[in-house]
Amino acid sequence: MNKNLRWRVITVIAVFLVFFSVGIYPLLAGRFHWPAPAWLLANQLKLGLDLKGGVHLVMRVNRDDALQTSTETTAEQLREALKTAAVGFSAITVTSPTSFRIEGVQADRDAEFRRIAEDQTAANYDRTAGTSGTHDFTMRPNIIKDMREQTMVQALDTIERRANELGVAESNIARHGSAGDQLLVQLPGVTDVARAKEIIRSTARLELKLVEDGPAATREALLQKHNGQVPPDMEIVTGAADLRTSEAGTMFFLVRKVAAVTGSDLRTASVGLDENSRPAVMFSMKPEGARKFGQVTGSNVGRSLAIILDDRVQSYPRIDNRITGDGRIAGGFTQQEAADLALKLRSGALPASMSYLEERVIGPSLGQDSIRAGVTASLVGLALVVVFMLVYYKLSGVNAIVAMVINLIILLGMMAYAGFTMTLPGIAGFILTMGMGVDSNVLIFERIKEELAANRGARSAIKASFERVFLTLLDTHVTSLIAAAFLFQFGTGPIRGFALTLVIGLMTNLFTSIFVSRTLFELALSRRAANAQTISI
Amino acid sequence: MKIFDNPNIDFVKWRWHAIALSLLIIVAGAVTIMTRGLQLGVDFAGGTIVVVKFDQAVPIDRVRAAVVAAPGGIGNDAVVQEYGDASQHQVLVRVARTGEESSGNLSKLAEAVVAALKQANLGSFTPINTEIVGPVVGEQLKRQGLLATVLSMGGILVYIALRFQVSFAVGAVAATLHDVLVTIAFLAFFKYDLTLNVIAGLLTITGYSVNDTIVIFDRVRENMRSMRRDNLSHIVNVAVNQTLGRTVITAGTAFLSVIALFLFGGEVLHGLAFTMLVGIISGTYSTVFIAAAIAIMWQGRKPLKGQVAAPATSPERKAGRRRAS
Repeated sequence: MNKNLRWRVITVIAVFLVFFSVGIYPLLAGRFHWPAPAWLLANQLKLGLDLKGGVHLVMRVNRDDALQTSTETTAEQLREALKTAAVGFSAITVTSPTSFRIEGVQADRDAEFRRIAEDQTAANYDRTAGTSGTHDFTMRPNIIKDMREQTMVQALDTIERRANELGVAESNIARHGSAGDQLLVQLPGVTDVARAKEIIRSTARLELKLVEDGPAATREALLQKHNGQVPPDMEIVTGAADLRTSEAGTMFFLVRKVAAVTGSDLRTASVGLDENSRPAVMFSMKPEGARKFGQVTGSNVGRSLAIILDDRVQSYPRIDNRITGDGRIAGGFTQQEAADLALKLRSGALPASMSYLEERVIGPSLGQDSIRAGVTASLVGLALVVVFMLVYYKLSGVNAIVAMVINLIILLGMMAYAGFTMTLPGIAGFILTMGMGVDSNVLIFERIKEELAANRGARSAIKASFERVFLTLLDTHVTSLIAAAFLFQFGTGPIRGFALTLVIGLMTNLFTSIFVSRTLFELALSRRAANAQTISI
Repeated sequence: MKIFDNPNIDFVKWRWHAIALSLLIIVAGAVTIMTRGLQLGVDFAGGTIVVVKFDQAVPIDRVRAAVVAAPGGIGNDAVVQEYGDASQHQVLVRVARTGEESSGNLSKLAEAVVAALKQANLGSFTPINTEIVGPVVGEQLKRQGLLATVLSMGGILVYIALRFQVSFAVGAVAATLHDVLVTIAFLAFFKYDLTLNVIAGLLTITGYSVNDTIVIFDRVRENMRSMRRDNLSHIVNVAVNQTLGRTVITAGTAFLSVIALFLFGGEVLHGLAFTMLVGIISGTYSTVFIAAAIAIMWQGRKPLKGQVAAPATSPERKAGRRRAS
């Protein structure tokens, strides 16, 4: 064996060992409880939802909700500031999620108004003055863009936290689609789909607001004292008629628009019991929230505080004394409801509402059936190909099979190392790779046969064949790579899985069919006479 | 062992017949799609699919009756069919619509189907698969899938034009397009749904077909150097014959593994396997008959790129080429 050949053999064995230990050994070790280091087991080939079972959701984040909230808040802050400075105006109205309008600003206080408006809104809004004290405020395009992006990031983080709180291992939460407002949520192994969906989707926006009036049975009764008008700094919220039993029917409350404390002031939340020993949610505040809460409760002893979750009053306890750190939400919960609410409060509120666009639930049994059938089919197919290659190409067929097996192992190893997820379209990519692998060998063998027929001697026939076929393989593989690259770049989830498998497979294929296969031929020839005329093909 | 011993079949002679046959299949497919429609799976069309597994065998008619009776008028456009092997007692219910996207009730119809089956007292069952795709996502998948496919074809076209001849690029892309169309025609004949898995199959056969075609073009390119005096038809014919053994063996081995997938791959992989089965046959056929034929037609009487660029200065060679073309 010459030195060059020895190095080639060592390379092939080394590559084989590396990828075998990364791709195959962890699978076997997991199955038969063989010893393996943790880092090796961590990088296993994952199974996609279609093979493992679980929930797959595509949802749209209604990003304009966040803009609307921001615009409303800014409008309210301006209202408060103008009130404090005693600048008169007739109305402030929110005209769209990104704009609001003030009308009838006192003409003689115009300079003061401009100063306050500048102070309160100039960071995010452009102001255009109209006639007779009307001013329009419009959110700046770059602020809109930033805020939308921020909403997506925040929504993604929140859902990730909720999935973790649900105890889902290997959940996958990611941006989706080209429109920029969609999220993909994949929760493998989840069986209680309705609950998972509820927890993922609910906004869980908690607000504690001072009750100014109510409860009342109708809107009209509530507004009687206020001349039938909702005062500008207040709003009407509703709750169930009997909060303890959540009975049908609605009660109306008049509350302050600005919340005393919100969900973002919470430090943590957990399940506890209310005074009647029924499940309730206990929460405690961050220092800043506790300070605000203490201020509000201290100066409003004797009044009621509405605990509002997603715009619905859960309860309205009376403030008996100054409260700082902790609070409780009662509301006729079951144990499960209380636990879920605590989970949602812990993981934070979603900045916007969500709509489901796509929903797939794959039962674990269907996934297992698919795997079993897929594996059976692959093994049968592989066996058929192996038999054919051995019959048709005799000893050279062994060469092709070794190359194919090494190809398979490198491919599996690379995909495991890259943390790739195996799906059904991915398996299609696998099959194509195997097909191209066999084809590469067939091309080479047929060429060798042609060269041998021209009586050039075995050595030069093999050399010429590999050199010539290399060009062919380069063209076929590069063409497929180009196609796969476009599919990866512009395709969606499953198509990308297909493309990625193909890209990796094409590269390993070039290596095995050119390098490994040739090394095997030369290894066989190294024991033969220099002028050998035939090989088993 | 050899399948063909120095074959010398005049494939190019049959090119008009081949193109006619292919057009016939494609037109028949188009007519089928126009009259009966191509069944887009819920992945692209949007809709609701519920697959349930009964503990005991239940007559499919009773399941259908239960779904038709479901409240909310699901029944009228629901498809109820057995799913997978009969011994599994699995039933698939497909409704072309979904609940509303915005109100968060996307799964309303799926829940109604399950409730209706429960109410009908058909014996205990478990839902094993639910797919609900709203119109937004369906539209998005359709658009992106198409864009990805068109661009990857474009990429192939450019690469082959650079490495070989423009006419070869046209031939290869035409052959690939041919395979996709023929396969879709067969999907329509046999009433397969166009699902994401079927699309994966279609992508696989385009890869396969291009690979197959390039091997022959590569041989044509190689032959062009040694056969300067011959015209393209002859060069192509020689190349197809020289690579015939390889074409048949490759197709044969690919066919072997896909037939295993078709027979043992289970219900979920069935559409994918069928697509590849048809695609492999079509891909091999188009490699031999269509790709080269289109390339020859496109080339017409124009000189080949390589021959023009080659500094073939000796006078008789030039004359020879002129005579040949």
